[in-house]
Amino acid sequence: MISALKIKQTGSRFWVDRISTTWMLAGLFFILVVPFAIFLGLLIKALPLLYDQSLWAILSGTEWSPMRGNFGFLPFIVGSVLVTVLAVCFSAPTSLMAAIYITQFAPKRFLKLVHPVIDILAGIPSVIYGVWGVLTIIPLVAGLASWFGISSTGYSILAGGIVLAVMSTPYVLNMLIEVFRSMPIGLKEASLSLGSTYWECIKHVLLRKGLSGILAAFALGVSNALGNTIAVLMVVGNRVQFPSNVFEAGYPIPALIANNYGEMMSIPLYDSALMFAALLLFVMVTFFNFASRYFIQKYEV
Amino acid sequence: MNRKSLEEQFFRRLTQLTTVLLFVVLTWIIATILYRGIPAMSWDMITKVPQGGFYFGKEGGVLNAIIGSFYLAGGATLCAIFVSLPVALFMNIHLVKYQSFLTRIRLLLDILWGVPAIVYGAFGFTLMLYFGLRASLLAGIITVAIMICPIMIRAMDEVLRTIPRGLMEASYSLGSTRTETAFKIYARKALPGLTTAVLLALGKGIGDAAAVLFTAGFTDYIPENLLQPTATLPLSIFFQLSSPIEAVRERAYAAAIILTVIILLFSLTGRGISTLYKKYSANGND
Repeated sequence: MISALKIKQTGSRFWVDRISTTWMLAGLFFILVVPFAIFLGLLIKALPLLYDQSLWAILSGTEWSPMRGNFGFLPFIVGSVLVTVLAVCFSAPTSLMAAIYITQFAPKRFLKLVHPVIDILAGIPSVIYGVWGVLTIIPLVAGLASWFGISSTGYSILAGGIVLAVMSTPYVLNMLIEVFRSMPIGLKEASLSLGSTYWECIKHVLLRKGLSGILAAFALGVSNALGNTIAVLMVVGNRVQFPSNVFEAGYPIPALIANNYGEMMSIPLYDSALMFAALLLFVMVTFFNFASRYFIQKYEV
Repeated sequence: MNRKSLEEQFFRRLTQLTTVLLFVVLTWIIATILYRGIPAMSWDMITKVPQGGFYFGKEGGVLNAIIGSFYLAGGATLCAIFVSLPVALFMNIHLVKYQSFLTRIRLLLDILWGVPAIVYGAFGFTLMLYFGLRASLLAGIITVAIMICPIMIRAMDEVLRTIPRGLMEASYSLGSTRTETAFKIYARKALPGLTTAVLLALGKGIGDAAAVLFTAGFTDYIPENLLQPTATLPLSIFFQLSSPIEAVRERAYAAAIILTVIILLFSLTGRGISTLYKKYSANGND
């Protein structure tokens, strides 16, 4: 193996090397500590609430009235899950279809053309998507609701789901394109040479071979959607309730945290509850990320 | 036509339609923002801070938020570079022999990348309380720096990974230390890619609202030192949009254009640099 040659143990070069290596190590240590620091920091802040009520009572409680000390998180968990599920239902099939078209059917230069566009779209801040949602999706959803005979302001779970779906599509699409592009060309050639049509080859070979990668991309889309704050906050309505249909308002966890930071210091346990919400979000998203990254790494080998 | 080719045609058309639909929607977003924002756009928007009665539709602009965003994202990016560059170099030079350890570090960084901004915001808030800080530019910078560090390290790492191993061997064989190899060979060779990584992180820092909600506060003035609160563009858009007054909402759309243009400029610059990089690199595959 190669390694740095033994240099003279004195002199400026030696000391520069020593100091910079220490600095690098310190940086690495710092970044490795961050996730644990986040977990512990939020946990310590959330402890007063956990001492006061049992974990199960908090997670399954349905009543949210900070003034009376009731912190039931179930409406928020339900809100988060509903918005995320809707978002994935919209974005998963669309991005999969688009990825198949872009990588399999379309001419090569089309990919070259759209790749930068997708990249740029993935970088647009979520507040912009929120503005768009307020301007176009809200009236659309309100109209749709009245068509179904339900009165709705448009600020609803459905609006949140649509905005999130549009937002996470470039992100998921990017990963799906990578999945399809990294598939060995020989597989496709073998399948086609056995007389399959293009679609049969995609359906039976590529989708099967890429399944874990595709699922992982979807899972990353889910964790992206779970944690999104501003765009959802702007369109979802923010009412503490169990929505009975998708045209009603909901209240996902990130919106809860963002909306109440102003008043949390004045009510006992309120700040603790919000930090618990952040901790809950952190644990959920990290779990999802971990599972999907694990799949990707396994798949890449 | 038999069933097989019917199915083929059907799915070919379906996937094509979906792709077209997708790009129509995404163009629609940009078009909506432009259409609603341009009428409210004025020179005052980018040259003036909010005057008295700004939030009732009177005089003023969002200069406080533009400058605040640049201070915040710029400061955070500078801080993040001081951690990210050494770590990325360390991973690719000192740790290059320990592949399984490296895989684990990368997994951890990827997971950190995926942690929602609002969680970083809440964490920054607890840090802020711990150190007795108030909502200020400094607290915002620290929070955003922690948030963009993983992004920057991973992006730099992807660039450094492509540098051929032979360069390292050549450098060692000439008697240089690992530090010299890192900063004089690797960092220089990868400079365009590293710049792209920094721009990526900068764009994330500017566009994010959730992380600074707790930590940076909001003000109508341009901050004069690190301990004053600062406004940011995304939050400014958000606050103006929740106003009941039409004229104020109009200006939120204009501010949204400003933010979009800033982000587009950053990502296009990043793209331009990496295209240049591909053109001038000696071997095509790095």
